[in-house]
Amino acid sequence: MARELLEGNRAMAEAAVRAGVQAYFGYPITPQTELLEWMSKRMPELGRAFLQAESEVAAINMIYGAACTGVRVMSSSSSPGVSLMMEGISYIAGTELPVVLIDVMRGGPGLGNIAPSQGDYNQIVHGGGHGDYFPIVLAPSSVQEAIDFTVMAFDLAEKYRALTFVLADGNIGQMMEPAELPPMQPVDRPIPDWAVRGAKGRERRILSSIYIRPEDEEVTNLRLLERAGKIKENEVRYKEYFLDDAEIVVVGFGTAGRVAFSAVRAARAQGIRVGLLRPITLSPFPSEAVAELAAHAQAMLVVEMNSGQMLDDVLRPVAGQIPVEFYGRLGGVVPFQDEVLTEIERIAHHPPTIEFDPREKWIRRMKEILN
Amino acid sequence: MMDVPAQVVYSRPESLTSTPTTYCPGCTHGIAHRLVAEVLDEMELRENTIGVAPVGCSVFAYNFFNCDFVEAAHGRAPAMATGIKRVLPDRVVFAYQGDGDLASIGMAEIMHASGRGENITVIFINNAIYGMTGGQMAPTTLPGQKTTSSPDGRDVEQAGYPLRMVEALATMQGTGYAVRRSLHDPKNIRLAKKALRMAFEVQTRGLGFAIVELLSSCPTNWGLTPKESLKFIEERMIPVFPLGDFKVHPALEGLRV
Amino acid sequence: MQTEIIIAGFGGQGILFAGQLIAYAAMDAGKNVTWIPSYGPEMRGGTANCTVIVADEEIGAPTVRNPKAAMVFNLPSFDKYEPLVASGGVLIVNKSLVDRSFDRDDLAVVMVPAIEIAESLGEKKLINMVMLGALLERLPVLSIEEIEKTLAKHLPERHKHLLPLNSKALTEGAVFARKALAEVA
Repeated sequence: MARELLEGNRAMAEAAVRAGVQAYFGYPITPQTELLEWMSKRMPELGRAFLQAESEVAAINMIYGAACTGVRVMSSSSSPGVSLMMEGISYIAGTELPVVLIDVMRGGPGLGNIAPSQGDYNQIVHGGGHGDYFPIVLAPSSVQEAIDFTVMAFDLAEKYRALTFVLADGNIGQMMEPAELPPMQPVDRPIPDWAVRGAKGRERRILSSIYIRPEDEEVTNLRLLERAGKIKENEVRYKEYFLDDAEIVVVGFGTAGRVAFSAVRAARAQGIRVGLLRPITLSPFPSEAVAELAAHAQAMLVVEMNSGQMLDDVLRPVAGQIPVEFYGRLGGVVPFQDEVLTEIERIAHHPPTIEFDPREKWIRRMKEILN
Repeated sequence: MMDVPAQVVYSRPESLTSTPTTYCPGCTHGIAHRLVAEVLDEMELRENTIGVAPVGCSVFAYNFFNCDFVEAAHGRAPAMATGIKRVLPDRVVFAYQGDGDLASIGMAEIMHASGRGENITVIFINNAIYGMTGGQMAPTTLPGQKTTSSPDGRDVEQAGYPLRMVEALATMQGTGYAVRRSLHDPKNIRLAKKALRMAFEVQTRGLGFAIVELLSSCPTNWGLTPKESLKFIEERMIPVFPLGDFKVHPALEGLRV
Repeated sequence: MQTEIIIAGFGGQGILFAGQLIAYAAMDAGKNVTWIPSYGPEMRGGTANCTVIVADEEIGAPTVRNPKAAMVFNLPSFDKYEPLVASGGVLIVNKSLVDRSFDRDDLAVVMVPAIEIAESLGEKKLINMVMLGALLERLPVLSIEEIEKTLAKHLPERHKHLLPLNSKALTEGAVFARKALAEVA
């Protein structure tokens, strides 16, 4: 297939279509609306289910119902809309249904704004809905990855009967880049043996997230946990840039990872031994890779478009081996390359010490930057 | 005396499981379940049907129905039913909801399912109270009715008026059938069953959204005996929630069930 | 080699399309490219801008503080981006809608009477093509021929008859920029 100039939102929608999505329900919200618009045209022309729901609450519950039939289903939204979906997300997790959700993050909390942000990291990666559950979370940093990870999300969701997120941001959704779409997959996939489609010639089936006896719920919670462990064994993904001899390791995902990549390349041109680890699976998080790098590097720098939500996931495997610094922009502000480059230069020329809290140090520097 | 061969005159419908219901003595949920099951049997729909259970006393409805079932979040049964029906339009999908579920937290989902003419059947159990959580005020609680969250009786000045859902849903263009029946005596139970049959006929004929509201009892939370509860429906509820057909699709005219 | 271009002006001036055209042409020429708009209420409020990055190597950050070039179609955009263009860069200004001259002497600035040129061609909508022609004359990121080839390839069939006029607008813009340079020299 030839490369085409594709916008992230529409590309993710078409990727889902080609991955065989049979039902899409959603609600308009910037900056992901183009995804819904694309589906409104494509799904009906292919004879598949599309509906603009009355709310994100309804959309996620329609997805919940459609997922029970055992076909590939997807919804998408942006931060405030995803908050509304949290109810259904928890139920879907509790019912162990393979569902793909795309969050094109924007600035928050509250109404916030519509600019690109990574402020939903904790909400998506560490839950957000009630109860113990562990979604798979994939973070694209380009239109091509947005396509590839959408397809991968369906495969992983199906393989593990797990809720799988593509966690993008406004930049990824709105940006156009040359990219290649996958071939069209057939939709008549095998129907799993748990699907609810009418009890013709078999015992009835029930799909529910209720386990009224705490002992049964505990068994379920353990099953979810064990599955998360298996996913961690098999599915951790990340990208490495210039890490072979890196003394400074930058960690960033999505758009922040891209900006960090530019800065790392510029710093390399100055002779600074710096590399980049860009997590692709935010859940399961590449903790072992981080620990490994911490054993050999002298310092780390975490770059995010939030107040350091992933920072805590980096600090855990680093476990105090080396100093970790943080640089973030908040509320929908996307850092420029030179900001990250300045941070790398600072660390290279004035090696930080371990004893200070990276977030507090960053807040002090931020105040100087903003003044 | 002549030998009369034994004849089965009453048995459990195939669409019900043998699991005994867990409803309180005198509660009419069991009757409503049986009527739905009888209709599914009569129309030979059991193997082609997917039910959607609500949150409330009938949260375990799926234990009692012998067909495929899913369990929705509170109020979202119509959305979940929509998701199923849109993927499997040739299946019969019904939602079974209580008054808190349908008329309070699920107001948006029920109105829009009806507005879209979603081809599903909704069984709406109105007992004017929250049963499962222990007798709080419902959107259908009667003016002056005492509940654990309206201890001095529902004050309409403060808590507003009971909602008449089938009347509201009858105004929606997507609705093919919207009626109210009662389960307080055998005659009304027979009429309720006919209405349920019609509501499933609406779905199999593709005539849009169908809802049957069933006035039901809750002796436990009303603080009445089962018998007094039936009287309460007749004397107190029906004046507020009049029985009748509020919308019947013209294509159903002359249909005898 | 990486070249960043910011294009800014009012909605309706063909800002986003001009950016996409560069992006398509860069893709057709086998280069890496990103196109990113400002979006949302800002867009609906009447301003439009986008950033295009064309590069031989993998592109990192899709937005930049100091672009190599800016094409500004109105006064607010002129005011905003004139100070931001990287030293030695290119600034193409729609002279028809600004009432001041430029301040930077470390940039190649071309003040293009884009509306007048477009009107002389009989189609006011062509100002983006006129501006783009002027830009490519000063910024050797793509040739006008590459843009023309891309237009022929991606323009919907019903708009194909506009190709000659678009070519003319691109050329007129380039000719103007060349002449302006000669005058400065």
